[in-house]
Amino acid sequence: MGYLQYNKFQIMNWIFEPWPWYLAGPLIALIMFLLIFVGKQFGMSSNLRTMCTMCGADNAADFFSFDWKAQRWNLVVVIGAIIGGYIGAHFLSNDSAVTINPETVATLQELGFTSAGNAYLPDELFSIDALLNIKTLSILLIGGLLIGFGARYAGGCTSGHAISGLSNLQVPSLIAVIGFFIGGLFMIHVLFPLIF
Amino acid sequence: MRTLSYLFIGIFFGIVMYKSEAASWFRIYEMFQFQSFHMYGVISSALILGVLGIQLIKKNNIKSFFGEPIKFVPKDKGFTRYIVGGIIFGLGWALAGSCPGPIYTLIGAGYVSILVVLLGAILGTFIYGLLQKKLPH
Repeated sequence: MGYLQYNKFQIMNWIFEPWPWYLAGPLIALIMFLLIFVGKQFGMSSNLRTMCTMCGADNAADFFSFDWKAQRWNLVVVIGAIIGGYIGAHFLSNDSAVTINPETVATLQELGFTSAGNAYLPDELFSIDALLNIKTLSILLIGGLLIGFGARYAGGCTSGHAISGLSNLQVPSLIAVIGFFIGGLFMIHVLFPLIF
Repeated sequence: MRTLSYLFIGIFFGIVMYKSEAASWFRIYEMFQFQSFHMYGVISSALILGVLGIQLIKKNNIKSFFGEPIKFVPKDKGFTRYIVGGIIFGLGWALAGSCPGPIYTLIGAGYVSILVVLLGAILGTFIYGLLQKKLPH
């Protein structure tokens, strides 16, 4: 009895801790396969195009003239992802701090990110106070613009290319993922010191 | 019934994104600094299983849960759109510290500011739609 209880306690604890890569990676593969087995595909950025069309963007460009109702399933996945984020943050976590490498913490603190190592997202960019700062607001908006524009130009994002596309051994996805890393490395190593 | 299955897959996805910290700005920064194996482990273990599973489905002509054949649509051939679009996406991924999936996860987790990133992403998609015919692909 005591052993069983101890075991149960350990399992529960483990759920509340951050999940290691060897659990998270296989679960992401499982999500991709679940979508494949319900006859769909894993890709989270095409929703953005659907949202544009729903807002009437089909009057502005042919790119948005498509039967968005056929994409409703993916909007349901989006609603699920929002609910999942709520559950993960509010019911499955004790502490939201992300334990990153102490070297990374030191580098970030030099850049002015004092919340590094103590938060899930940097307060310097994502706190409500930071929203009142025009520079922070611009960073978030420009970040979003680049994500949306780039994902559609490349025909997919991390889920569509890096997971689905590469899993299906697609050369275009490999080119896109190489692009993701060129862009990301350039941003962090060259532009960050200029921005922050 | 099908709609419910999409909802549950989405919920599962949101939980995994949050709990794996793939939705954390800090993890993305750390990844691009090559100072942790975490994100590389997440992506590569997903990929190894993904490649193996898709090969299995193709070799054995495995059907979907609804008995329909599973089709894998190959990506259009090309180079420019993938490399240029990819670089632009990567710049945004590193700056905002999240890609489209985690944006939704973070909305649920209660980060109001991420709505600005979502608004930007929708606008970015709209701008791409306007310029699509003028861009090299």
